[in-house]
Amino acid sequence: MKLTGAQILMKCLEREGVKHIFGYPGGVVLDIYDELARTPSIRHILVRHEQAAVHAADGYARASAQVGVALVTSGPGATNTVTGIASAYLDSIPIVVFTGQVPTGLIGNDAFQEVDIVGITRPCTKHNYLVKDVKDLARTIHEAFHIARSGRPGPVLVDLPKDVSQGSTAPKFPEVVKIKSYNPTYHANPRQVARALDMILRAQRPVLYTGGGIVLSDSSEDLYKFATSLQIPVTSTLMGLGGFPGDHPLWMGMLGMHGTYCANMAVSQADVLIAVGARFDDRVTGKLSEFAPHAKIVHIDIDPSSISKNVQVDIPIVGDCKDTLGQLNELLKDKPVRDWTELRRPWLDTVNGWSATHPLTYVWDDKVIKPQFVVEKLYELTQGEAYITTEVGQNQMWAAQFYKFRHPRRLMTSGGLGVMGYGLPAAMGVQMAKPDACVIDIAGDGSIQMNIQELITVVDNDLPVKIAILNNSFLGMVRQWQQLFYDRRYSATPMTAPDFVKLAEAYGAVGLRATKPEEVEPVIREALNTRRPVIMDFKVEPEECVMPMVPAGKAMHEMLLA
Amino acid sequence: MDPKMEPRHTIAIWVDNTPGVLSRVTGLFSGRGFNIESLCVAETMDPEVSRITIVSTGDEQITEQIIKQLHKLINIIKVVDLSELEHVEREMVLVRVKAEDKSRAEVLRIADIFRCRVVDVSASTYTLEITGNHDKIRAVLDLLKNHGIQEVARTGTLAIQRSKKE
Ligand SMILES: Cc1cc2nc3c(=O)[nH]c(=O)nc-3n(C[C@H](O)[C@H](O)[C@H](O)COP(=O)(O)OP(=O)(O)OC[C@H]3O[C@@H](n4cnc5c(N)ncnc54)[C@H](O)[C@@H]3O)c2cc1C
Ligand SMILES: Cc1ncc(C[n+]2csc(CCOP(=O)(O)OP(=O)(O)O)c2C)c(N)n1
Ligand SMILES: [Mg+2]
Repeated sequence: MKLTGAQILMKCLEREGVKHIFGYPGGVVLDIYDELARTPSIRHILVRHEQAAVHAADGYARASAQVGVALVTSGPGATNTVTGIASAYLDSIPIVVFTGQVPTGLIGNDAFQEVDIVGITRPCTKHNYLVKDVKDLARTIHEAFHIARSGRPGPVLVDLPKDVSQGSTAPKFPEVVKIKSYNPTYHANPRQVARALDMILRAQRPVLYTGGGIVLSDSSEDLYKFATSLQIPVTSTLMGLGGFPGDHPLWMGMLGMHGTYCANMAVSQADVLIAVGARFDDRVTGKLSEFAPHAKIVHIDIDPSSISKNVQVDIPIVGDCKDTLGQLNELLKDKPVRDWTELRRPWLDTVNGWSATHPLTYVWDDKVIKPQFVVEKLYELTQGEAYITTEVGQNQMWAAQFYKFRHPRRLMTSGGLGVMGYGLPAAMGVQMAKPDACVIDIAGDGSIQMNIQELITVVDNDLPVKIAILNNSFLGMVRQWQQLFYDRRYSATPMTAPDFVKLAEAYGAVGLRATKPEEVEPVIREALNTRRPVIMDFKVEPEECVMPMVPAGKAMHEMLLA
Repeated sequence: MDPKMEPRHTIAIWVDNTPGVLSRVTGLFSGRGFNIESLCVAETMDPEVSRITIVSTGDEQITEQIIKQLHKLINIIKVVDLSELEHVEREMVLVRVKAEDKSRAEVLRIADIFRCRVVDVSASTYTLEITGNHDKIRAVLDLLKNHGIQEVARTGTLAIQRSKKE
């Protein structure tokens, strides 16, 4: 039976189990939108800016472990997606973005709303396609989903010229997708794994440094088993938060630039560092030559190019976290039983000493709301069970420090690209994936203005997303650097914002405000008890700094503490 | 060799012969700040597969990253660092060199010593075809420079692994 390109697209999406698409229409995707309206199994969420469609698909993917999908028109629709795609690329998030394109005959002619989006996104997608023949469409779409979700996940873009969506063919849907030049390694080399375990078992001061790979591979239970069996203290990157319970005695907190004293000291003193699904980002390592100077390093990662990219490692293991941790746990069963709690006591005492003398903290103020206090209260009142998205800047770091994530896939944050304006659209995506969950965007007054238009999408779709603005009247994170390293010359960082309460009301959401510490809890309670979208505007201390801080280019143990 | 110079690596890459592959490869080099000294590309015996030969400079860590990153591109079938193996390298150069009066004989002598072919002649120039490895080409061009090189066209380096000795 013959189907049009647009019909083939719908069939493929159904076959991939897609239930939600975030998108925005335009001329060259009219046929696709026409077909979409006749496909009841797929719900389309009309965003108000294409960048938001991609962040929403990203948030959706993180929360649900499914591939997120966005659909936009050619030209400006396509270019508006680039920031979202680049963010998903740096954070390894599986999404597929469909862009409309001018008819194949016009490509290269500077036609109306034509851009070479495949060329533009080549360096920020895992892969991308321009479909030139409707006969290739079904195979290409299934390849796109396969590539997005397998191996090290990432965004894939499929560019669809108008004549391809309009053309027709009798499609062949492949049962399995095989790409001869693409075979990610899931199964780690058992000999390497055994070597690693021997080294780990001999360690006196081992540290587990885990990252986004734990979350992406859903291997937090395997990690838990391994860490607790051997009593190895755990730290993680921003992207790995929730991969190990944030309220566990072996948990040291996040490491890196704004990591805890304990985690950074432990890495600096470790004799064996076990990196699992983490990529030695410069926000984590600080000065490279002094990163984990005493440690032999084991690195488990599915992407060989992550290994020995920045830091030379001693035992590289290419493979899936789940497979590798599974092998390690299996091997452990055959090892002689030892009392690890007892054997590890000296190291854990040292580690606990660091966290006792230098806990994450802030100076309480009776009159002015401290931003950390707001996050602490959010944690307390949601019992640590909420889905948290963040914007970028201080708000993001306080969310990472003071919300103790207990489960994976509960923190969605733009880590690698650091996109201001990510949090609200991402929260929208999360809420679509988890309709009954409590979803909170921990926001800054600057960032929230970058995609505030999505408030109407949230209202339109009855999504009870909560936005907690830590309103410091500054581009706070940049101001912090100016305070610390540019003699407080606050160039272009003081920022005015609209009246967020009125703004919320104008959009049809609920607006609440707290200006004094004692108002924080009632405002949060009221917001959490509402089934509607809410903006909470917390007027916080304007000149608070995120501490500790490893200044750029310094070694991890050279933290500024207050 | 200039001691400051980073080692040269000759990398052979087999790719799906589909549009855009070459720009994925070159984009990867420019985007990540890797050097390309030369690049050749053409179909293999299998019309669906092309072979790219890239000469790049960089230390071991950079070369390792280049190869890992190349492997990650979806359309790349195989990547081999030929510098690690016994291999043969060749490049062809066409060069038009000034050859007037007394220097005509000298240019021909150089051509003869290095087994170059004269492919075009005019009253004041010779055009030579030179084939050889990197060092030979450099040697010839250095000598010809003294006579005045008007124009050069180079293919870039091609390379192939030597067959294993029994
Ligand atoms: C303002 C700001 C401040 C920041 N400060 C900090 C900070 O203080 N500390 C911090 O940690 N980060 C910080 N970040 C985030 C930082 O920029 C990086 O995004 C983050 O450190 C990277 O985390 P990751 O190493 O876990 O890698 P990710 O980007 O999460 O990459 C995942 C890794 O796991 C691998 N992987 C994927 N799937 C699998 C699998 N199935 N099996 C095995 N491996 C897999 C991938 O190949 C990759 O190497 C900050 C960001 C911003 C915007
Ligand atoms: C799109 C974008 N532009 C600029 C930046 C640089 N930047 C990083 S943090 C920050 C300040 C964010 O201000 P705000 O949202 O109020 O958060 P705060 O740090 O005050 O909590 C800026 C401008 C960025 N990360 N993203
Ligand atoms: Mg701010």
